[in-house]
Amino acid sequence: MRRFMTTTAIAVLMGITTGVPAHAQDQGVEVLHWWTSGGEAAALQVLKDGLFNDQAINWEDMPVAGGGGGDAMTVLRARVTAGNPPTAVQMLGFDILDWAQQGTLGNLNDVASAQGWDAVVPTALQQFSKYEGNWIAAPVNVHSTNWLWINKAALDAAGGAEPTNWEEFVALLEAFKAQGITPLAHGGQAWQEATIFDGVVLSLGNDFYKAAFIDLDPAALGGEQMKEAFDRMTTLRTFVDDNFSGRDWNLASAMVINGEAGVQIMGDWAKGEFIKAGKVPGTDFVCMRFPGTQGSVTFNSDQFAMFNVSEERRVSQMAMAAAIMDPAFQSAFNVVKGSAPARTDVSDEAFDACGKKAIADLAAANTAGTLFGSMAQGHAQPAAIKNALYDVVTRHFNGELSSEDAVTELVAAVAAVQ
Amino acid sequence: MNIKEQAQAWLPRLVISPSAVLVLVFVYGFILYTGYLSLTDSKMLPSYGFVGLENYQKLWALPHWHKSLANLGIFAGLYIVISSVLGLGLAILLDQKIRAEGVLRPIYLYPMALSFIVTGTAWKWFLDPGIGLQNTVQLWGWTDFSFTWIKDSNLAIYCVVLAAVWQSSGFVMAMFLAGLRGVDNEVIKAAQMDGASTGTIYRRIIIPLMRPVFLSAFVVLAHLAIKAYDLVIALTGGGPGQATQLPATFMYSYTFTRNLMGIGASSAIIMLVMIFSIIVPYLYSELRGEKR
Repeated sequence: MRRFMTTTAIAVLMGITTGVPAHAQDQGVEVLHWWTSGGEAAALQVLKDGLFNDQAINWEDMPVAGGGGGDAMTVLRARVTAGNPPTAVQMLGFDILDWAQQGTLGNLNDVASAQGWDAVVPTALQQFSKYEGNWIAAPVNVHSTNWLWINKAALDAAGGAEPTNWEEFVALLEAFKAQGITPLAHGGQAWQEATIFDGVVLSLGNDFYKAAFIDLDPAALGGEQMKEAFDRMTTLRTFVDDNFSGRDWNLASAMVINGEAGVQIMGDWAKGEFIKAGKVPGTDFVCMRFPGTQGSVTFNSDQFAMFNVSEERRVSQMAMAAAIMDPAFQSAFNVVKGSAPARTDVSDEAFDACGKKAIADLAAANTAGTLFGSMAQGHAQPAAIKNALYDVVTRHFNGELSSEDAVTELVAAVAAVQ
Repeated sequence: MNIKEQAQAWLPRLVISPSAVLVLVFVYGFILYTGYLSLTDSKMLPSYGFVGLENYQKLWALPHWHKSLANLGIFAGLYIVISSVLGLGLAILLDQKIRAEGVLRPIYLYPMALSFIVTGTAWKWFLDPGIGLQNTVQLWGWTDFSFTWIKDSNLAIYCVVLAAVWQSSGFVMAMFLAGLRGVDNEVIKAAQMDGASTGTIYRRIIIPLMRPVFLSAFVVLAHLAIKAYDLVIALTGGGPGQATQLPATFMYSYTFTRNLMGIGASSAIIMLVMIFSIIVPYLYSELRGEKR
């Protein structure tokens, strides 16, 4: 009897100290992300439904709108500083490594070794999913920024030929102008201008892109080729409508979808908007690499960085990480999202023509060593340098700097924050 | 009796002390903390490696910061002058003992009840060439009409002035109206007997008498201008390009989105110094006035 009492007392005490046993709400995952536009939200639903149906894991949604995730990162900073990080956070490139450096991220090595992530995730991606040899994030997809999205009807009216170099591209834009539509659908936000700049710089050569954005070589940043890149931006500026500044990227996509505009230069997340509007690749719209960049890919990868959370939550966190890397999910998600899977062993069968092209281009670029991190999407340089580059590109695009001044400013801006 | 007296002496202090402590910690404490951060190598999160004045040197080398200061010069200058002139003009007109003053006054004051976010969003739509004024006038038949200031790098800052003036001039009017009502009627009557015209009375007597109101209006408007953030974010987002960046938007961007918290903190301290340089002389003149 006495023994029974003691055991009960211990059990009660343990109940008090360890808190109530894990209830359903403790097994949820709280996910901070910025996938709020139509195509993106639909893609995320695949993951939410999968987790809930298969493992009864509740998804606590924490969306913070704004492409590129600037606002989401501000929310995250407040949560982490307050000692209450979300379970998982959608993150891009160097942001993941910055957070890892602060010691706030969890360790996914158990799941990673059980599922063999090392063998299937492209090496270029692992640079951002691992820190000091430990897995810290689960990559969801691989996007690339050097794409054109062309309205098929407008292209046919202009002769139907896809432009293969810069001159042909300018001629196509002129033809769109003659049709009375806005030639280039663009939203005047710094990151969108930088996205165009990715393609423009890459079209001047793989070595040039690498020297300028990956190595930050002052000779490349301040050279003649960079001036040429800015001159091309000036040319593109003449093809946007008067009302472009401040427009969100998905509204610019809508202009191409509706036939109000001819082409958008945007990463392949734009495809989700076309698909959601019921458009078919090859029939209603054409996807192609930015003219002169076929064979190279400037990638960015959405990853879910996993934060240090309480033990109860860690179980569902690991389940979420495993679910993300499941080949079936990678295929289902990326078909909707418009991106390529983040693992190389996923069949491209379910993908449309643009998706098959993205997967093939990615594999080819990976083998050829022409897979580069996107400057615009924070996969070439950390936030401080990325934004310093943004400043110059957006000021030049909005007419505040001439091409000569922009080149000088570019070198100075990078040096100032290095 | 003694206890009661003591309680009466201590009770007010006791009641005020929690808020005093809160203000001490959350206002002055964090001002000091920001000042300290501006001297450290903080990047994404606060860190405490001391770097001296390096952040200030970097700050003053940034073209983005100079652009923000130049924009603040244009914005604050025009905002303060136009709001004061409009406010004074409206106050003088309302002061003519007109019949419907009770109805008119709240109409002019009403914009002050809106937040800058609402003002900014409403004006963004109104000024947007695609859906606002330009589009409407063109639909009415004047197809050549063009009004694209908000999309023009050189003119967008004036759109911010426009929206801010619309928001604040009614409030300034109320301040001036109170000032006008405070002017001694005897003085005015004496001037009228001497044959002074209404214009002369306002110019030579009433407006000079309202010097303290001008000062108060200036201080209120100047600090609103320096801390202006929400209006710009709602109206233009700082764009096109960097055309409408102000020190407050600069501070937010460097501290929170660029992972350069040290530089962001140093810009916040510069803004604090700017506000101090306005408030301190004002307080000084007020206190000196009281003594006299």
